[in-house]
Amino acid sequence: MSSHMLELQNVHSFYGHIHALKGVSLHVDQGEIVTLIGSNGAGKSTTIRTISGLLHPRRGTVTLEGQSIAGLPAHQVAGLGVGQAPEGRWIFPKLTVLENLEMGAFSRKDTDGIADDLEYAFSLFPRLKERLNQQGGTLSGGEQQMLAIGRALMARPRLLLLDEPSMGLAPMLVELIFDTVASINRQGMTILLVEQNALMALQVAHRGYVLQTGEIVLGGDAKELQTNEQVRKAYLGEE
Amino acid sequence: MSPTEVLIQQLLNGLTIGAYLALIALGYTMVYGIIELINFAHGDLFTFGFLISLSLFRLYGATGTLVGFELVWLFTTVLLLTMLLTGILNVVIDRIAYKPLRKAPRLAPLITAVGMSFALENIFANWYGSSQINYPDFFPRIDILREWFQMDTYILFTTQDLLLVGVTIPLMIGLRFFIQRTKLGKAMRASAQNANAAAIMGINVERVIMITFFIGGALAGAAGMIFGNFLHTGRYLMGFDAGLFAFTAAVFGGIGNITGAMLGGLIIGLIKAFSDQYLAAQWTRAVIFAILILVLVFRPQGLLGQGEAEKA
Ligand SMILES: Nc1ncnc2c1ncn2[C@@H]1O[C@H](COP(=O)(O)OP(=O)(O)OP(=O)(O)O)[C@@H](O)[C@H]1O
Ligand SMILES: [Mg+2]
Repeated sequence: MSSHMLELQNVHSFYGHIHALKGVSLHVDQGEIVTLIGSNGAGKSTTIRTISGLLHPRRGTVTLEGQSIAGLPAHQVAGLGVGQAPEGRWIFPKLTVLENLEMGAFSRKDTDGIADDLEYAFSLFPRLKERLNQQGGTLSGGEQQMLAIGRALMARPRLLLLDEPSMGLAPMLVELIFDTVASINRQGMTILLVEQNALMALQVAHRGYVLQTGEIVLGGDAKELQTNEQVRKAYLGEE
Repeated sequence: MSPTEVLIQQLLNGLTIGAYLALIALGYTMVYGIIELINFAHGDLFTFGFLISLSLFRLYGATGTLVGFELVWLFTTVLLLTMLLTGILNVVIDRIAYKPLRKAPRLAPLITAVGMSFALENIFANWYGSSQINYPDFFPRIDILREWFQMDTYILFTTQDLLLVGVTIPLMIGLRFFIQRTKLGKAMRASAQNANAAAIMGINVERVIMITFFIGGALAGAAGMIFGNFLHTGRYLMGFDAGLFAFTAAVFGGIGNITGAMLGGLIIGLIKAFSDQYLAAQWTRAVIFAILILVLVFRPQGLLGQGEAEKA
């Protein structure tokens, strides 16, 4: 039995005939931030979808604390404690900010705990509290990202999946989001962070993997990856 | 009858017709909101509500007007059973006909729905025959204005009209409350807006779809029973016209929009009443069709609809 929080072994995922993941293996341990970096179309979001059950792998295993979750429908994976702020945010546009957050806590029954986590989300993102009764679709991009992360936290997940939380945000907000990710992690949250902003991601993460056309080509300590020639050339924009 | 009385009478007729059309329209709009399917078989659920409630009354042995305590409990029981059974029928239809096609191109379930409608109509024809069916006055019929208020008027508003309003309005208020305030109702709106996002929140979207079909069916069943007690006659094909009018109402209000369906129902009800009175009843269908076409051409999103991405 594996002791990892999350483990993927030799995972193959397809969109019809498109072979998007070609034997991906990776793991995330309790309390870690692990980042998955790679260029456009590498298969980062596909990896996230395969973990969360929106896509089912054709081969390979996905385990959450030793329990197989490959092939489970997404709502069951969520129920087992996998929270997600997806690429594109997927805010419910016609639900209010509060209702969006409530949906995050859909599987929970502990009213007191939910109230605590709502306060926690507001402490991370005070802006959300000011926008409480505004429809999700009317929020700015940055606010939507805050809501997406806040909503994922409302499930009090064991594992948090973040898919490009910094995408399309102004530099100031990118800082805020990465600071928040680090702060959530210090509270004990295990995080798998997908990013194109490899520099920031490797700074905040403990470990990292580099994904290239559906295959993991590199993996290891975040500090080491930061100094790795190949990574510096391909993802940190250095010659 | 003076022209004013005629006008008031038609306003009343329009509102009562609109009330049951709205109940049917809600089923179209809720199902569309969540799986983008125009459920062409939905009108037939209205027929089913009419037929099954009649069968339930007969099963009990009721033949004429009920009174007192028996009226209250039998009527309530039949209404609840009718809603339950029609809701279940709609869920079963979804399971066998639409669910296997959930990921198929949109045209596939649409055509299946048309086929399902024919299948149901044939079952109804075998069950109750193809001629006009008489639905007795189980609910007492009292001319309220004259008998209760001693008003000297030709305007007719009976206890059966009151029944219609008294059942449909609370159902609509209840539905709105459910959709707006309860956790499940919010999950329903969330699933309609983004099913994948709902799924990763832990919402079982298939279950939400099932509940949607159940509620839509139950409301159509209630409409069918109330219609029977109000107009006293029906036929195995009655769901076609009612469905057409209600569908127009749903499109008019903005398909996928709950408030729009209620509003659209009332407006189409009024248009039908006025067309029946001031044009001629045989023109009403053409008028309704013309409205449907005009709405689709000039304002396809309807009165309250706001376009594709923003449903429910
Ligand atoms: N729904 C889909 N249908 C078909 N192919 C898809 C689909 N989604 C992704 N793909 C393909 O799968 C591959 C991996 O896509 P994926 O979205 O996982 O990339 P990514 O690493 O997240 O890229 P980005 O950084 O641009 O978000 C790409 O070649 C993409 O074209
Ligand atoms: Mg992506």
